[in-house]
Amino acid sequence: MNIYVLLKRTFDTEEKISVANGQIQEDGAEFIINPYDEYAVEEAIQIRDEKGGEVTVVSVGSEEAEKQLRTALAMGADKAVLINTEDDVENGDQYTTAKILAEFLKDKKADLIIAGNVAIDGGSGQVGPRVADQLGIPYVTTITDIKIEGESVHIVRDVEGDSEKIETSLPLLVTAQQGLNDPRYPSLPGIMKAKKKPLEELELDDLDLDEDDVEAKTETIDVFLPPKKEAGRVLEGDLSDQVKELVNLLHNEAKVI
Amino acid sequence: MSKKVLVLGEIRDGVLRNVSFEAIAAGKKVAQGGEVVGVLIGESISGLADQLIHYGADRVATVEHEKLAQYTSDGYSQALLAVADRENPDAIIFGHTALGKDLSPKIASRLQAGLISDATALEEEDGEMIFTRPIYSGKAFEKKKVSEGILLASVRPNNIAPLEKDESRTGDIYPVNTDIKDIRTVIQEVVRKTAEGVDLSEAKVIVAGGRGVKSEDGFKPLQELADVLGGAVGASRGACDADYCDYSLQIGQTGKVVTPDLYIACGISGAIQHLAGMSNSKIIVAINKDPEASIFGVADYGIVGDLFEVVPMLTEEFKKLKVASS
Repeated sequence: MNIYVLLKRTFDTEEKISVANGQIQEDGAEFIINPYDEYAVEEAIQIRDEKGGEVTVVSVGSEEAEKQLRTALAMGADKAVLINTEDDVENGDQYTTAKILAEFLKDKKADLIIAGNVAIDGGSGQVGPRVADQLGIPYVTTITDIKIEGESVHIVRDVEGDSEKIETSLPLLVTAQQGLNDPRYPSLPGIMKAKKKPLEELELDDLDLDEDDVEAKTETIDVFLPPKKEAGRVLEGDLSDQVKELVNLLHNEAKVI
Repeated sequence: MSKKVLVLGEIRDGVLRNVSFEAIAAGKKVAQGGEVVGVLIGESISGLADQLIHYGADRVATVEHEKLAQYTSDGYSQALLAVADRENPDAIIFGHTALGKDLSPKIASRLQAGLISDATALEEEDGEMIFTRPIYSGKAFEKKKVSEGILLASVRPNNIAPLEKDESRTGDIYPVNTDIKDIRTVIQEVVRKTAEGVDLSEAKVIVAGGRGVKSEDGFKPLQELADVLGGAVGASRGACDADYCDYSLQIGQTGKVVTPDLYIACGISGAIQHLAGMSNSKIIVAINKDPEASIFGVADYGIVGDLFEVVPMLTEEFKKLKVASS
């Protein structure tokens, strides 16, 4: 099995977000592998261990993403590729990223491509399906289980809490939903080995693309924080009176009931 | 400049989902006086087309085929692109639901188009449509526009008010015939796990439990409260990780992001990653034994107390209110 994992470096979920000049401030923030991509890495490793083959993790981004790629290698991926767009792409969007990834993947003969179903920063969930479409292969999003028998693939997919059982075949792109697996922590020997595993760095040039080919179709005009919520009222008095007061407030003041 | 806008209606269990009417309202804004064309896709769905018109669509295109009985990205993209081919729209609006999330990027890829996902608001500025959407699961927001070509957007349920229903509105309903072939993902079975069909992302009321519910059984009083309020039950990551409930209930930066009218957080401490998923709810109630819990910092109303005492009392009070007002 020739497996590719699409990986994004994102803010740690415990980070607070601050904005200056219409941009998210990254200084001092902790970064992680996008949690949904972590499920993707884990699943790829498990499938490879069962079926044989190779896992390659790919990220589009800046130099800094090398750290997250090394973490994926330490978990057990075999190879990593960083497509560094720092010098070429100023304002990319999902069209940009998908185009770059599809261009990279088109001659790789991937049997299976696994991505997270959404990145916790941008939160659009577009890149996986877009890449599949450009490669002309089927995709299944938000999967919670996958079994491969020969060319046929049995998948369980989460659909707003319900489950769909799906039959499809390789080559295929899937996106990981929570519940797919429990991602492992990199072991110490894993971390040592990861240092020697191949990490290839590419630029747009290497993919025969230039800036115009990947120009974003959308534009971000502003970034801002939601209005600070003022702490509300903590009710007082006898518990049963508090409950009555709460129902009254929800009904008459907030008018949500 | 007026525009022609397609809006995909979404059917679940034989009825149109609310988000379809919300998407029509968004489509009307994007059209700026132009035409809104509803699109319905399925096996036998044309009977629902009137409703799209009652909620503001000017016309409705229907695509019916036996291979469209269930949603697949292959089947629905062929159907929707057949309508787009015929109508040549300036924009297509989806609901940001499981279906919309799955389908819209494929359509965007086919049309080489920009797609603004998960919009919570939109406004016109100098003739351009500016969309607001949450990023970092609602820790921040961005304003975005499509800079060139056809405009694609998906709207988050519960955020854009639908237009008033007007049953006197009429409009043309016409079938688009197209052959549906090569469906590469086949749905064998759908296993229903959600009780009563109140979906978290569309629920007006959510009663959520955290580590404080202590066990799977601990969710029972929460479910009873949700039932009385016609709401859905959700959970924090802590409760899911402790196996008190299924991951499909998880609300937070990993999990679902929700914006109900009323969010009742029971035994949830309020970790940043949970707050990201629910802090944009209209009204938040916190019930927690620990007066220092950070959930009180975002709550409109708080009760410091044991959820196993408070929640059943609340259920009883709401029952009384229901009786009194019916």
